[in-house]
Amino acid sequence: MDQLFPKLPLDSWVETIVDGLDEHLGFLFDFISTCIGGMVDFFQLILTGLPFWVIIILLTLLAYRAGKLSIALFTFIGLLLIQNLGYWEHSMETLALVLTAGLISIIIGIPVGIWCAKSDSVQKVVTPLLDFMQTMPAFVYLIPAIFFFGLGKVPGVIASVIFAMPPTIRLTNLGIRQVPADLIEATEAFGSTYWQKLTKVQLPIAKTTIMAGINQSIMLALSMVVIASMIGAKGLGADVYRAVTQIKIGEGFEAGLAIVIMAILLDRITQGVGKRKKA
Amino acid sequence: MPKIKVENLTKIFGRQPQRALPYVKQGKTKQEILKETGLTLGVNQASFEVHAGEIFVIMGLSGSGKSTLVRLLNRLIEPTEGRILIDGTDIVSMNTEQLQQVRRKKLGMVFQKFALFPHRTVLENAAYGLEIQGIPKAEREAKAKASLALVGLAGWEASYPEQLSGGMQQRVGLARALANEPDVLLMDEAFSALDPLIRKDMQDELLELQSTMQKTIIFITHDLDEALKIGDRIALMKDGAIVQIGTPEEIMTNPANEYVERFVEDVDRSKVLSAENVMKRAETITLDKGPRVALQMMRDRGVSSLYVVDKKKTLLGVLTADAVSEAKEQGKSLESVLRTEVPKVGPQTLLNELFDLVAFSDIPVAVTGEQDRLLGVIVKGAVLGGLAGKVNQESSLAASEERQVDA
Repeated sequence: MDQLFPKLPLDSWVETIVDGLDEHLGFLFDFISTCIGGMVDFFQLILTGLPFWVIIILLTLLAYRAGKLSIALFTFIGLLLIQNLGYWEHSMETLALVLTAGLISIIIGIPVGIWCAKSDSVQKVVTPLLDFMQTMPAFVYLIPAIFFFGLGKVPGVIASVIFAMPPTIRLTNLGIRQVPADLIEATEAFGSTYWQKLTKVQLPIAKTTIMAGINQSIMLALSMVVIASMIGAKGLGADVYRAVTQIKIGEGFEAGLAIVIMAILLDRITQGVGKRKKA
Repeated sequence: MPKIKVENLTKIFGRQPQRALPYVKQGKTKQEILKETGLTLGVNQASFEVHAGEIFVIMGLSGSGKSTLVRLLNRLIEPTEGRILIDGTDIVSMNTEQLQQVRRKKLGMVFQKFALFPHRTVLENAAYGLEIQGIPKAEREAKAKASLALVGLAGWEASYPEQLSGGMQQRVGLARALANEPDVLLMDEAFSALDPLIRKDMQDELLELQSTMQKTIIFITHDLDEALKIGDRIALMKDGAIVQIGTPEEIMTNPANEYVERFVEDVDRSKVLSAENVMKRAETITLDKGPRVALQMMRDRGVSSLYVVDKKKTLLGVLTADAVSEAKEQGKSLESVLRTEVPKVGPQTLLNELFDLVAFSDIPVAVTGEQDRLLGVIVKGAVLGGLAGKVNQESSLAASEERQVDA
C-alpha cells in the first residue's frame, strides 16, 4: 500500500548529525576515549596484575565489611569457582569495565540528579531524556558508540554509561526531594547556604536512596557490558557470545554462571555499603 | 525602639500575587479574593510591634495564617508586601547573604515537629547553627553542650534524635535554637505535638528559662490556654488578619469582636481571671462609729457583715451582724467584738486558687493590696459570675493601666 506522505528521512538526518559531530568534535572524542581507556586499563592492571588469591581475599573482606558473613562466604566460594572454571581473567576484565562504567555514571549522575532536585524545569527536561535512554534497545547505543570511538572497550563503556546512568540520576533526585520539608526549613532558618544545606542535610539523608540508585546503575552496567562484548569489549560477555554462536551449551552455562556470580556479588556489596553506618 | 516592628505585612499565595493586592487594600475578605482572583490570601496586612524581652503569642485556628506569619518574619516564606524591621533594619529588602547573617545571628527557630536532623547526634544537632557559621569544633560543641544543659539534656549528647521521647526531642530543638544565642526566638507551635502533661512542663520550663534569658519570643499556638499562660501579649488571627492584640486579661475581658468572644468562650476562666476581676466594692465602717450605726448600715446595704478600716483604708477586721447586735445589747464598743482573723487574698490571686477559701468562709473574702489596703471583697456569687463571663470592666482596665505605668 502506498504511503500517505513520503517517508521522513529520519535515518539520514541522524547520520548527518553523527557525521557532523565526528567531523567537528573529533578531538573531544579522542580525549574522552583516552580517559576512559586509561581508566579501564588502570582497573584491569590492578585486578589482573595482582595474584587471584589476593583479589579474592580483598573482595571477601570488602563483602564482609559491607554486609554479613554469609555474603563474604558467598564471595569467597563464588570467586574460587570462577577461578577454578578458568574464567578469572575474563571476569576481571568485565569487572574493570563495570567499575569504569559505574564510576562514570556516579560522577555524572549524582550532580545531574542534584541539579534536577534543585530545579523543576531541569527535572522536566531530564526526565523524558532518561525515559528515552532506558527504553531504547540497548544495542542501538552500540552503533554511534562504534562510530565515534571505534571497536573495543571504550565504546562498550560509553554505551554502558548511557544505559546505566538513569537510575542514579532518578534516585538522587528522588532522594533529595524526599527530605522532609521541615528539615529543609530548619536548615534555612539557621542561615545555611545552598551548599551547606546540600552537604550537611540533603545528601546525608538521601544517602540510602542514592545508594539504591548506584546499585541499580552498577547492575545495569554489568548487563550492558556483557552485550558490549559484541563490539569487541572483552570479558565474560565475549565467552557467552562465542558459546551462543557456536552452540556450545556447556561453555555458555559456565560463562553465564560466572556472570551471575559477579552480579550477585556486586549487588550485595553495593547494597551493603548503602545500608551500613546506621548503628 | 521595638525589637521587631511589622508593617502592613501581606502574603498572597499563587501566580502573580500582585494581582490581588488592590482587592486586599479594598478590604475584601479572603473568600472574596479567592473567588475573584483564584489567589489565596495568607496574611492580610498584619502590623504589630514586639518589645525586647517579651513573649508575644500569635494565636489562631488552623488556616488563620499564623504559621505563615511566623515564616514571613525570617523569610522562609517571601512576603508579597510590607516591611519587617528587626532592630530597625528592614529584612524584606535584604539580599540572600544579609538575610543569612540575620538568620544566623538574630533569629532562632523551633518547629512543631521538632525538625531534628536524624543523621546527627543530639550534640551535632544543637551545634548545627554554629557549625554553618564556621565556628571551630571545640568551641561550638562547648556552646552546644551548655545549651543542652540549659534545657536539661546534659548526658544525652551522643544519642540520636530517634532514641529520645517527643518532649526531649523538642528540648533538643530548643537547645539548637538557643545555641546561636539569638535575640529573637520564633516558636512555631513548638509544644503542640507533645502530650498535655509534657506540654505543661515545657511551658513552665520555657517561662523559667525566659525569666533569666530575656529573649524576645514569638510563640505561635492554636491553644488559647497556652497563649494565656505564657503570653505577655497575644495577637489573635482570623483569615490572615490580626483581629486583636492585647494582654491575656484584655482579650478575656474585652473581646474586640464576636470572633474573639467565641474564641475565649471555652477557656477555663478560673485560670485567667484574678480576684480583682470579680471583687465587689467593700462595705466599710470605721471604728469610731457605734453599734447602732453599724446595724443601720447593714440594714441599708443589705449585708450581714462590715469590714472595718482606718482612715488610710487599712484593713483592721470584720464585724458580723450577730456580733454587732450583741455589742448593742450589752453596751460594748465595736472594737471589743471586732473579728481580726479575716480571710484575705491579693488582687492577682487566680480564681482557681480562691474556690476553697470563698466556699468555706461565712463572710466575704477580703481583697487587699499593699500594706493591707482593702481593695474589695469577693462573695460566692461573684466567683460564679466571673466564671460565667461577668467581670468588672473598670477594675481590670484600671489594673492593666497600672501595669502599663509600671512598664
